[in-house]
Amino acid sequence: MMEQTIVYQVGYLSGFYEGILRFQSLAYLLAAVLFVLALAGLSKQKTARRGNILGVIGMACALVATIVVTVFWTEQAAATTVGLMVGAIAIGAAIGVWRAVKVKMTGMPELVAMLHSFVGAAAVLVGFNSFLAEPGAPGAENAFHMGEVGLAVFIGAVTLTGSVVAYLKLAAKISGRPLMLPGRNAINAVMVLACLILIGCLVTSRGVEGGLVPLIILTVISLVLGVHLVLAIGGGDMPVVVSMLNSYSGWAAAMAGFTLGNDLLIITGALVGSSGAYLSYIMCQGMNRSFISVILGGFGAEAPKAASGSGEAAVMGDYTEVTPEDVAEALKNSKRVIITPGYGMAVAQAQFPVAELTRRLQDAGVDVAFAVHPVAGRMPGHMNVLLAEAKVPYDSVLDMDDVNDDFADVDTVLVIGANDTVNPSAETEPDSPIAGMPVLRVWDANHVIVFKRSMGNAGYAGVQNPLFFNENTDMLLGDAKQSVDAIVAAL
Amino acid sequence: MTPDSAKKLIKMGYEVCVQSGAGTLAAFPDSEYVVAGAQIVSREEAWSQELVICIDFPLDQELDLMEAGSTLICRMRMESHADRADVLAARGLTALAMDAAPRISRAQPLDVRSSMANLSGYKAVIEAANELGRLFGGQMTAAGKVAPAKVYIIGVGVSGLAAIGTASAMGAEVSATDVRPEVADQVESLGGTFVPIPVTQESTDGYAKAMGDDEQARVQQVYAEQARLHDVVITTAQVPGRPSPLLLTEEAVRAMKPGSVIVDLGASDQGSNTALTVPDEVVRTDNNVTIIGYRNLPNKLPTQASQLFGQNVVNLFKLLTPGRDGICVLDEDDEVIRAMTVVLDGSIMWPPPPVSVSAKPAPAATADAKGAGAKEEASKSRWHGLWWKVLLGILAVALILVAPESMQSHFVVFALAVIVGFYVITNVTHTLHTPLMSVTNAISGIIIVGALLQVGSANPLICALAFVAIAIASINIFGGFLVTNRMLSMFQRSSDK
Repeated sequence: MMEQTIVYQVGYLSGFYEGILRFQSLAYLLAAVLFVLALAGLSKQKTARRGNILGVIGMACALVATIVVTVFWTEQAAATTVGLMVGAIAIGAAIGVWRAVKVKMTGMPELVAMLHSFVGAAAVLVGFNSFLAEPGAPGAENAFHMGEVGLAVFIGAVTLTGSVVAYLKLAAKISGRPLMLPGRNAINAVMVLACLILIGCLVTSRGVEGGLVPLIILTVISLVLGVHLVLAIGGGDMPVVVSMLNSYSGWAAAMAGFTLGNDLLIITGALVGSSGAYLSYIMCQGMNRSFISVILGGFGAEAPKAASGSGEAAVMGDYTEVTPEDVAEALKNSKRVIITPGYGMAVAQAQFPVAELTRRLQDAGVDVAFAVHPVAGRMPGHMNVLLAEAKVPYDSVLDMDDVNDDFADVDTVLVIGANDTVNPSAETEPDSPIAGMPVLRVWDANHVIVFKRSMGNAGYAGVQNPLFFNENTDMLLGDAKQSVDAIVAAL
Repeated sequence: MTPDSAKKLIKMGYEVCVQSGAGTLAAFPDSEYVVAGAQIVSREEAWSQELVICIDFPLDQELDLMEAGSTLICRMRMESHADRADVLAARGLTALAMDAAPRISRAQPLDVRSSMANLSGYKAVIEAANELGRLFGGQMTAAGKVAPAKVYIIGVGVSGLAAIGTASAMGAEVSATDVRPEVADQVESLGGTFVPIPVTQESTDGYAKAMGDDEQARVQQVYAEQARLHDVVITTAQVPGRPSPLLLTEEAVRAMKPGSVIVDLGASDQGSNTALTVPDEVVRTDNNVTIIGYRNLPNKLPTQASQLFGQNVVNLFKLLTPGRDGICVLDEDDEVIRAMTVVLDGSIMWPPPPVSVSAKPAPAATADAKGAGAKEEASKSRWHGLWWKVLLGILAVALILVAPESMQSHFVVFALAVIVGFYVITNVTHTLHTPLMSVTNAISGIIIVGALLQVGSANPLICALAFVAIAIASINIFGGFLVTNRMLSMFQRSSDK
């Protein structure tokens, strides 16, 4: 490998080459530190932008150093290498910039999922390359090298197809329902086991001929495993899946770093991997579910059963329907209003009219705040991004814990496209699939108005929501965006 | 009843008449009720309405003004005035006791005892501060240091909690005691210190119960010891329908520091929390301890008391007026309404069947049955959790042992980076989850470094694969950072505008 070749040559190097190497180490160190600072910055609102800039600088350091080193040790003409590198980066940059500028904020989950798949794909390619470059030599060193290649390809491939499936689910190109194959856990276990055995074959293989076949089979099985893993997870768990794939993409990079003996890759991959894992953990807590049960795709295992009865919106009593004009009237007479947005707001692109509504009400002296459930939407922090896009000041967006005990003082709650996150069954029915999940206690408020497309569709968990039939709940059926526009007009 | 609650009742379809001057003491002039849509009427007219709402049980001549078949809603203190049911029944009235709402969550909005207790707790602290010859908060002044006053609260019900909150907001050092150990968290959440006592109680109706004699003696000893250490003692123990329990004996009061203040919220004719309390009076003992025995502290906060009482009434009517059409329906199947009904159309309904505050007792039984299994499961899952950690540890040790020397440092770097990754984002704000994820995404594009190092290879296949890898990793880097930047530039605080 390049890096190792470098190490072998160190003895013969003149001071100039040694200087280049030191420059590279320094740049890598700088990049690693900047990445740590970038992540640290991103955890606070005030320092977030600085964090992002530090990340960019770190990346620039790493790229410049790597390009310089590659050019000096290239096996081809230096000009060709530079041309290849610049060309490839230019292509990638063009696509990346185009996507980043064009994407709508509601499409963020899809974009993020898509980006994860790129890291997975790159890890697979790098893994293959390092296999081809150094296919086998006797000795423990090589065995480890091959094992690392196997792991990098394995994780990379799972990330790749897993992210693609997640993207398809998020973009609603395929159904969000969990795919429940009989014995799916056994299938997963068999595939993982097969992968481990194949990695074992790789470790003992010597040369391209011996190793290539196991590597290709390994790749194929890993790709299938990635598809199956994510297919089995229901749409409601997508926030966890997205952050889990984020974590995987980091581990894939770290493994690639091991194969290349490159510390910067190891550090960065481990940083991303562990922070992604922690993020998934936070998400799981938000849903009161264990990480394992989410990964194994249990959600919805019981849901279809419940759904067969209630999915067709088993009638739980009568609901009251209101018009936008009634809602406007109710809002005008309220002192304190809380808006709880959900995925429905994102689907209907209603964040701008909602923000406009908020401004109108605030100008009229009404105290308006947003209550965001930790797993509202399809991605961690999804609602916050949408509200920020619509210029809702972030200090009026409250977390569940800040607001949950205050609903009794609230005159009107607008539930916009949220369902499971405001479902009282989570607290009252121990048999419910969402039992024990923390929910926003909107029903304590004086008056609840639920914006919903129709009464026919249950939430992602497939559970009917008794909230809709409460005495103090009114339903405003129809497209959320049009409804909110109508309310703004009526105000 | 405030003009605001009158307005809400009118919205529910009722016609509201207010006795002239009813709100004057609470700073609500008649004119405000008129603005709210109510009519101002004379005393006789007021009492002859179909529904009469007042605060406390009316005088006989007021009852005489009521017509048979009409409804009276007020605080009845039925526990100590059981004869009132007969009086009301004899007149053929219907009566709802505002102070008999069961302590279940659904009934909280209309529980007048709860809302009044809150006010008493606040006012008790204010009264104590007024009598106490020192500051509540500690201060460091040019003339020297002043230690904060120490306040001890016995009984952490609604009024006790309100007192804790008020006293600690004023800077005092607050301790509190209750027979229910589970309130310790509530005490601490308001800035107080919980002092446990050797007797515990579980409650099914949400109120503390009277204790046995020997228990009481032990508990009294704790109270006496604590009272000696504090400057202000607020006792809040009331048992519905019984004399208030004696918390501080005469000796306990005599042992207190001179200048201390006791506020006895349990003061009553039948017995008070303190042996030396004189109901409705402020007395000073021989050793200069002031005992405040006002029975109706909320009266001293008339505006808020009226507002809360009015809101309780409004909430009651929400329950009584399902149609929001001004027609009052007494649904005796509703446990809240049943519990509050004293007399229905002249027949006595008191006492109501007991209402269990929570469903706890029932599931507790099944939980017990499951208990053993659950415990086993718990220990198993703990073993489970340990099992994979141990395996991971063994694997790591094995790796280090067999790995070639050149690999060792990579493992160290890897392990440290994993830990840094965890710690760095432990405090991430909820709002920033998405930007954080897109930034980590961009950073994981660092895989480009691997591809860049490979693109210089002489092997055309490696070169081609590396080229593709560089291109896709670049999408990540540029797309990720750019989109993060786009998102972050949207986040703004209202003060930034």
